[in-house]
Amino acid sequence: MFLTISTTGTPERPATDLGYLLHKHPDKAQAFSTSYGKAHVLYPEAGVERCTAALLLEVDAVALVRRGKGKGRGGAPDAALAQYVNDRPYAASSLLAVALSSVFSSAMSGRCTARPDAPGEARPLRVEIPALPARGGPDLVAKLFEPLGWTVTAEAVPLDTQFPEWGASRYVHLVLESESLTLAEALRHLYVLLPVLDDAKHYWVSSDEVDKLLRAGEGWLPDHPEQKLITSRYLSRRWSLTRQAMERLELVRLAEADDSEVEEIDNAVEDPEEPGETEAADAADAAEAVEALQGAEGAGAREHDGAAADAAHLATAASATTDSTNDGAGSTGADAADADPDTADKPTPLATLRRDAIIAALKDTGAARVLDLGCGQGQLVQALLKDPRFTEIVGTDVSMRALTIASRRLKLDRMGERQASRVQLFQSSLAYTDNRLKGYDAAVLSEVIEHLDLPRLPALEYAVFGSARPRTVVVTTPNVEYNVRWETLPAGHVRHGDHRFEWTREEFRAWAATVAERHGYDVAFVPVGPDDPEVGPPTQMAVFSISDRNEKEAKAA
Amino acid sequence: MSDTTVETGVRKAEGRTLPVTDLSLVVLIGASGSGKSTFARKHFKPTEIISSDFCRGLVSDDENDQSATKDAFDVLHYIAGKRLAAGRRTVVDATSVQSESRKQLIDLARKHDVLPIAIVLDVPEEVCAERNAARTDRADMPRRVIQRHTRELRRSLRHLEREGFRKVHVLRGVADVENATIVTEKRYNDLTHFTGPFDIIGDIHGCAHELEALLGKLGYVDGVHPEGRTAVFVGDLVDRGPDSPGVLRRVMSMVGSGSALCVPGNHENKYGRYLKGRGVQHTHGLAETIEQMEGESEEFKKQVREFIDGLVSHYVLDGGKLVVCHAGLPEKYHGRTSGRVRSHALYGDTTGETDEFGLPVRYPWAEDYRGRAAVVYGHTPVPQATWLNNTICLDTGAVFGGKLTALRWPERELVDVPAEQVWYEPTRPLASEAPGGHEGRPLALTDVHGRRIVETRYDGQARVSIREENAAAALEVMSRFAVDPRLLPYLPPTMAPTATSHVEGYLEHPAEAFAQYKEDGVARVVCEEKHMGSRAVALVCRDADAARRRFGVDGPTGSLYTRTGRPFFDDEARTELVLGRVREAMTEAGLWDELDTDWVLLDAELMPWSLKASGLLRTQYAAVGAASGAVFPGALAALEGAAARGVDVGGLLDKQRERAADAAAFTEAYRRYCWPTEGLDGVRLAPFQILAVQGRSLAALPHDEQLALIDRLVEFDASGLLQTTRRLFVDTGDEDSVRAGVDWWLEMTGRGGEGMVVKPVGAVVRTEQGRLVQPGIKCRGREYLRIIYGPEYTRPDNLARLRGRFLNHKRSLAIREYVLGLEALDRLAEGEPLWRVHEAVFGVLALESEPVDPRL
Repeated sequence: MFLTISTTGTPERPATDLGYLLHKHPDKAQAFSTSYGKAHVLYPEAGVERCTAALLLEVDAVALVRRGKGKGRGGAPDAALAQYVNDRPYAASSLLAVALSSVFSSAMSGRCTARPDAPGEARPLRVEIPALPARGGPDLVAKLFEPLGWTVTAEAVPLDTQFPEWGASRYVHLVLESESLTLAEALRHLYVLLPVLDDAKHYWVSSDEVDKLLRAGEGWLPDHPEQKLITSRYLSRRWSLTRQAMERLELVRLAEADDSEVEEIDNAVEDPEEPGETEAADAADAAEAVEALQGAEGAGAREHDGAAADAAHLATAASATTDSTNDGAGSTGADAADADPDTADKPTPLATLRRDAIIAALKDTGAARVLDLGCGQGQLVQALLKDPRFTEIVGTDVSMRALTIASRRLKLDRMGERQASRVQLFQSSLAYTDNRLKGYDAAVLSEVIEHLDLPRLPALEYAVFGSARPRTVVVTTPNVEYNVRWETLPAGHVRHGDHRFEWTREEFRAWAATVAERHGYDVAFVPVGPDDPEVGPPTQMAVFSISDRNEKEAKAA
Repeated sequence: MSDTTVETGVRKAEGRTLPVTDLSLVVLIGASGSGKSTFARKHFKPTEIISSDFCRGLVSDDENDQSATKDAFDVLHYIAGKRLAAGRRTVVDATSVQSESRKQLIDLARKHDVLPIAIVLDVPEEVCAERNAARTDRADMPRRVIQRHTRELRRSLRHLEREGFRKVHVLRGVADVENATIVTEKRYNDLTHFTGPFDIIGDIHGCAHELEALLGKLGYVDGVHPEGRTAVFVGDLVDRGPDSPGVLRRVMSMVGSGSALCVPGNHENKYGRYLKGRGVQHTHGLAETIEQMEGESEEFKKQVREFIDGLVSHYVLDGGKLVVCHAGLPEKYHGRTSGRVRSHALYGDTTGETDEFGLPVRYPWAEDYRGRAAVVYGHTPVPQATWLNNTICLDTGAVFGGKLTALRWPERELVDVPAEQVWYEPTRPLASEAPGGHEGRPLALTDVHGRRIVETRYDGQARVSIREENAAAALEVMSRFAVDPRLLPYLPPTMAPTATSHVEGYLEHPAEAFAQYKEDGVARVVCEEKHMGSRAVALVCRDADAARRRFGVDGPTGSLYTRTGRPFFDDEARTELVLGRVREAMTEAGLWDELDTDWVLLDAELMPWSLKASGLLRTQYAAVGAASGAVFPGALAALEGAAARGVDVGGLLDKQRERAADAAAFTEAYRRYCWPTEGLDGVRLAPFQILAVQGRSLAALPHDEQLALIDRLVEFDASGLLQTTRRLFVDTGDEDSVRAGVDWWLEMTGRGGEGMVVKPVGAVVRTEQGRLVQPGIKCRGREYLRIIYGPEYTRPDNLARLRGRFLNHKRSLAIREYVLGLEALDRLAEGEPLWRVHEAVFGVLALESEPVDPRL
């Protein structure tokens, strides 16, 4: 909520010109109301040689909560706890960017009636932000500002000096220095990059930001080497916020009841395995919403022709990239090894190989009515729908969020009746028996079992092999032996933060054999992906089929 | 022999009396204009009647639109089906003169296992025509339609019984129709009015000595109980054993004299068919019965035949709370009357497979059973009678050398006598078929999913509803993160804070809590120090064997979990280490024997907070501290610089200094609850309540007694893990005592303590009006609340705004979760099946996701 902008000068070109450029008199402390609280502008120093303007935003935390709430139940304050106690009053967040643009709007657009030429002139500038929230840390801060002509000094702020073992916070003490930029440019850089670095998940920002990004980014954003990252974060932030507000509160509350972070619990949905597919859908969503946004703003707001198209373009660009600064801490590093987006030749992703293998196995058994248990975002359901031999496809997941995303991916609401009648998605849990799952030809458990704690696996075994009892069950799971072949995977790490275990080929075979024996199935094993002579394939697959003996008895009865 | 009879009405002087079973599908048969609707209105409740004309109107706006007939009958069948499924008699008012239309109705009755009853209104064609002519809406109905109806009706008359109607009443002529009266008959299996008490006796199979011994042990003297108890035999009196005639003689005489009831087993049924001369194989011990009966008189054999013939497949007793039958019965068959109900009652359900001994594999119907009535049955020999989903099998294999078992009802006590010897070699070894746990079989989704109501035994909160979206969230957390449900018999409820204080500088203050309990009529409360750790529930078994016996798990000796059922520690070894230390303390304190248990469920606080909440601390609490710590020095320097230049910064500087101080206080506040740990070093567990032990919920044990037990546990813990909970007792009516309570809190929170929880000493307490009072009210310390309400919450304008907080929803939620928790403990104590305990536990988790101000 605080930053300073300083300049130096000479008697011919005094530093106090800063006051003209900012349209704020150096000898006065001025206050302005903004959407998120009161902004103060004052000058701790104002001499010919040095002049410093300080912007201090007193964030109104209550107003922030009210703003974010909107659709709460009967106006009850049912927001997440994080909305009440957070860093917004202290950190130089996206809120400060909004205040910046509102308090220094003329300076940002480079207008100065008193010194018409001054805005166009570069001058020595020094910007200091003592508490800048920066996901990606000092390195990313440098990557974002240096290409724009800044000399960057960024130091991580420790989380708590009393507990050095907790390490660095996500805040950076930032000093930017430049001789080659205009004040207007500097302000526009800050306006766009503060929220990008903030990348906060819990807070709401106003919805007309897209348009503002386009304007503020003029002249520098298109050529920025991190342009994709900047637009991606800037825009995706809005979508994740909307989703969170609409879908996640029950889980947020359960997380809070447990003193846990939401991300520890609401992590069923992973980053898209295959960028192409989901993100196209997301991009469409984004473009759609941008259109709506433009419409809602009315004709008056449309001073920039083609803004909508630009926005849509940006939205697409934003969605078509993966976030390269992914910290890989587990929460977002979904099957990171699988996606492997940086490979030059783009070999077929493992996820695709796995789906192909599953579908081939299903075809072999002649299955027509198929369950995808733990369908996640519905990629397999989508692939199965493309083959008419699968007449009934049921996707289940325990995560409502996964189902919502799957439904959006499949465009269930827009699907023709005939297609729609082939597919169902509903919530179910493999820890409980579910009578709705009985009587199918086949069930697929693709990358599912490893997400259960081992002591709870018997529940899944009974629910699937004992209760639902399809004729065929296809199970895939990572082969942990192969992990040494993933260059990006640190030794001893599982492939995904939520993997409760990963098995060797022998462990998997032993488990499968026991299950088959107990429930009267035969089992065969199929490697998926390159079958390394030493460590085997990356994915191992077991195909269970009800053994003939049982079948005969069933027929005889 | 059957449950029903086929009969025609009894003719009386003034008119005929037609018996109609209370649960049946009554089909009126008659031509258009024969007076069916009038007849129905006269004899049945309006809601019992569904007419095809009405249904035609429903689907087409025209009661006479014949083109709508198909849809109209779909609706009619649908409504009738719903009524029958709900156990309500239904009268179908349609012509039903064609056998195809009657067949659909008979199928419907069979589908719902009720009796189809036909009442035929055979009225002369002229009368029908005349009546129709008088009705404007039917005036143009061609005469040939009525002629056809009449013709079809006549043709049908002889076949009605063969079609499947179990009673057929034919009323001939207008006078017969007008003078008839209907009497409602109860079903033979309906003995709901009969409340016992009962002694239900398992499969005897000719073990006459064991039967006499058991009757003696139950207190019967020569077949009569001096206290008027009634014996109920679950069947299989005969075959295999040494003295089937002796058993029959005893049971028949008891049933004859009214001191016993008996339902048929498959063995009686087969012997009955033999006695009637049907060809049956003399296998499975029938040969022994036949041989033993050879010496009996023809008269006795006749009595046996009649006795077996008269047995009713199952009984619904004691207000519907108890169902007795031979082989078990799903809820939808209770009190129903059909061939398949009888068949299920006698033989049970089979999967169609046979096992390695060549015996049919029985479908585990009890595993799916979710009914309200207890089902007591036999048929499948098991080593020990155990309750499963409110059902119990009493066949403990007396004839195979096991024991003969009886269940006292409503006491639910088991009484048994051992077999004198192995009378008959079993084909397969006796094995418990009681599933649900030992093999890791899971619960059913229908136990928890969707919008539901959990019934509890607590008046005022007897029905706790759970919304669909909350159940959905709970399902995800329970499935993905929770410990094994068998080791998760309880989740702690949320707790409401004290009413908002108006003392300057305070949002919460104990004065309101004391006042509230005083108002609720609670004289004595205990203030328990809050430990600012994380809530933890510990299930500690005496050893792995005890865990296996009681909870059916193989390996762990208990569990240690959080408020949402997640394991407290990721690695099992660490959990076992904690459990081991508690176990040690229990042993040293002699509490296992004193509490007569081999497991204990503890409610506790586990410290430090940073142990579990480290993620939250870093992203949320410490982050605020870091950001504020970083920003204020610069901001204050800037303001000071401007002020030094003579710029009027107004009150801004002072205000920012205060804010900086508030932020620093915030950082201090959370730091108090953080300290490093290594293994179990630095970890503390502060138990404050023993929730349950074998066979007992201790939730209602007064807190002074609770704390005395806990103190001993802590005292005998040599490891230093367990920590005591400081407390102070306060009389809410005594000013000095209340002041002492306030001072205690002020002193404790002044040193940075989290605060305290005030509880009625009596634990589960109701107001004079019978409302449950809050089981606890939390009074959080002023500094602690910074973590909750933000660093600057103590600023006067913030406090003024925060005082407008609403507590009612939180209080209601606290009570609802509390009641579900109590219910879970009661169900656990009573040894109810896992799904029943889990249902209540799951409910607590679901309610936790209800929208309520998270700061309360």
